[in-house]
Amino acid sequence: MFALEELQRAYAVARRDPAFRRELQTTLKDFGGRPTPLYIAERLSERWQGPRIYLKREDLNHTGAHKINNCIGQALLARRMNKSRLIAETGAGQHGTAVATVAARFGLQCTIYMGAVDMERQAPNVERMRLLGAEVIPVTSGTATLKDATSEALRDWAASVEHTHYIIGSTVGPHPFPMMVRDFQSVIGIEAKKQILEKEKRLPDLLVACVGGGSNALGLFYPFVKDTAVAMLGVESAGDGLDTSRHAATLAKGRPGVLHGSFSNLLQDHDGQVLPTHTISAGLDYPGVGPEHSYLKQSGRATYTTADDSRALEACLELCRDEGIIPALESSFALAGAKKAAVDMRRDQIILINLSGRGDKDLATVLSQIDAAATKTRHAGAMR
Amino acid sequence: MSAIASAFTHSRAEGRAALIPYFMAGYPSEDAFCRLVASSFDVGADIVEVGIPFSDPVADGPAIQRAGQSSLERNITIDRVISMLTSLKLKGNQPVVLMSYLNPILQFGVKRFLASAHTAGVRGLIVPDLVVEEGKSIEADCQSASIDLIYLVAPTSPPERQKLIMKRSRGFVYAVSVLGVTGVRSALPDNLLTRLREVKQMSRLPVAVGFGISSPQAAARAAQVADGIVVGSALIERMNTEQNEHNQVQSVLDLLGQFRSATTLKSTTTDIARK
Repeated sequence: MFALEELQRAYAVARRDPAFRRELQTTLKDFGGRPTPLYIAERLSERWQGPRIYLKREDLNHTGAHKINNCIGQALLARRMNKSRLIAETGAGQHGTAVATVAARFGLQCTIYMGAVDMERQAPNVERMRLLGAEVIPVTSGTATLKDATSEALRDWAASVEHTHYIIGSTVGPHPFPMMVRDFQSVIGIEAKKQILEKEKRLPDLLVACVGGGSNALGLFYPFVKDTAVAMLGVESAGDGLDTSRHAATLAKGRPGVLHGSFSNLLQDHDGQVLPTHTISAGLDYPGVGPEHSYLKQSGRATYTTADDSRALEACLELCRDEGIIPALESSFALAGAKKAAVDMRRDQIILINLSGRGDKDLATVLSQIDAAATKTRHAGAMR
Repeated sequence: MSAIASAFTHSRAEGRAALIPYFMAGYPSEDAFCRLVASSFDVGADIVEVGIPFSDPVADGPAIQRAGQSSLERNITIDRVISMLTSLKLKGNQPVVLMSYLNPILQFGVKRFLASAHTAGVRGLIVPDLVVEEGKSIEADCQSASIDLIYLVAPTSPPERQKLIMKRSRGFVYAVSVLGVTGVRSALPDNLLTRLREVKQMSRLPVAVGFGISSPQAAARAAQVADGIVVGSALIERMNTEQNEHNQVQSVLDLLGQFRSATTLKSTTTDIARK
């Protein structure tokens, strides 16, 4: 707990320090590759026969996902706090890779906790983390996925806090993490707003992002919260379907509870035991969700929907074939949710989707399922 | 005086630290667990701490995690824990302290949980993922239910925070001996006694020390300063070396007897620690 107080204080000072902000901006730009483009997906817009689709290209960040935004911020903070070691949990391996990257960049030791199940399905990212000099520790307790990796990282931190900073990868965990991660990810929404005003001279009608813990969604949404004409849609993974027990749809099916120091929606059984989640996307495989998303849902400012694994795969394939962009499976859920929303929208409207990461890490998973889907898509293509 | 306070008064009068074994509810079986709790008092335990299993026990090391997982697989719910404790017909001088993560209690309903726990002989509650900043409402509910809410104090906490925790804790203060999670450690930190003395000077309540008390020797050392010793993982690990339930229970009771001797007569514990 003292660790959290220490972090809270350090962050409160840093966020107001012009020197810290300058360093953050410079590092995001020169090392992270910001600003990321806002790209109009013309062929996808055409296919969906709906509004104009813009993609915020977070997949073009260094390391291939939005995760680096938060990691650069927290690594700079860790350095200010004189910590010599970084630890993190990771699901898809994108956050772990980003942490391993900033650890190398700033000369810090690095340990990543990853569920044994995830290590198998996200093998390329495990290799990347090791190549960057990080130690990757398989977590076999519980369900051997993201929530257990988070528990294990918290256990490490409780014992190592004197010299270690824990970079939580999403807007979850105890305060100040949800707020701090949101702040560091808000660069997505701030840039997107500026870019869409330049291109369209107006704000978008709808923002869409996938929601696991919720960091890429909140990063996009937060700077638009006061622009009430802009609707916001978060898309959770319905896995095999909401009517099955194999999903990760926390906001759709959870009820309030406490996990990892946050009070938010939680997938749990009658007795308050946390339920295992299932989705094709390792990055969305978390039974909790950032408390600010629960708040946005309850207040009605944002709405949340789900897409099941098969719809996400279909959307993934469409982006590959129509736009030449291979999206992460996580981001494919945003695409699937947007596609559904587009049906009820006019052609002069604008949807802005957060393309949170690139899909190289998911090749094995996608390819194993692609044949049936590919046949279907080719068929649909021939019909046009 | 609460049952917990008088347990400490009693042990102090005998010139020893209170012995507080921890058991995971329903582990290794419901029957063996019940025998362990009841017999612990017979071999000299002053208070018994009982863990309620949780799917994501972030404060616990591998031994307690696995025991909890085993209990969950056998459907040990709060209702089962209460009914097992009720069946023991605990006496007034056999106080039980429950250790539960926050979520199972919240879902059960805090007031209902405390009322039924009290009826079953529970006199104290430890919630490892409850911080004082969020504790006001549960503190009030505990007070109405005559259950002491016991807070953990970490060695890394600065004195101001330690003072705040001690002010808000009831029954006793649970000092975490080492950073990190529960579980046996080969050695306790060198400055443990110094730190414990500092904590004790600030505290109006008895101070029990736990996390990482691996052996009677380690307990003896901590007992030079602490008013109570909590031992959990070491008992579970001992239990796990035996095959049948009878031996599991017996081996734990034997080990507890050794802990009791080690924490008795503080003047001689120094000698044991030096060996």
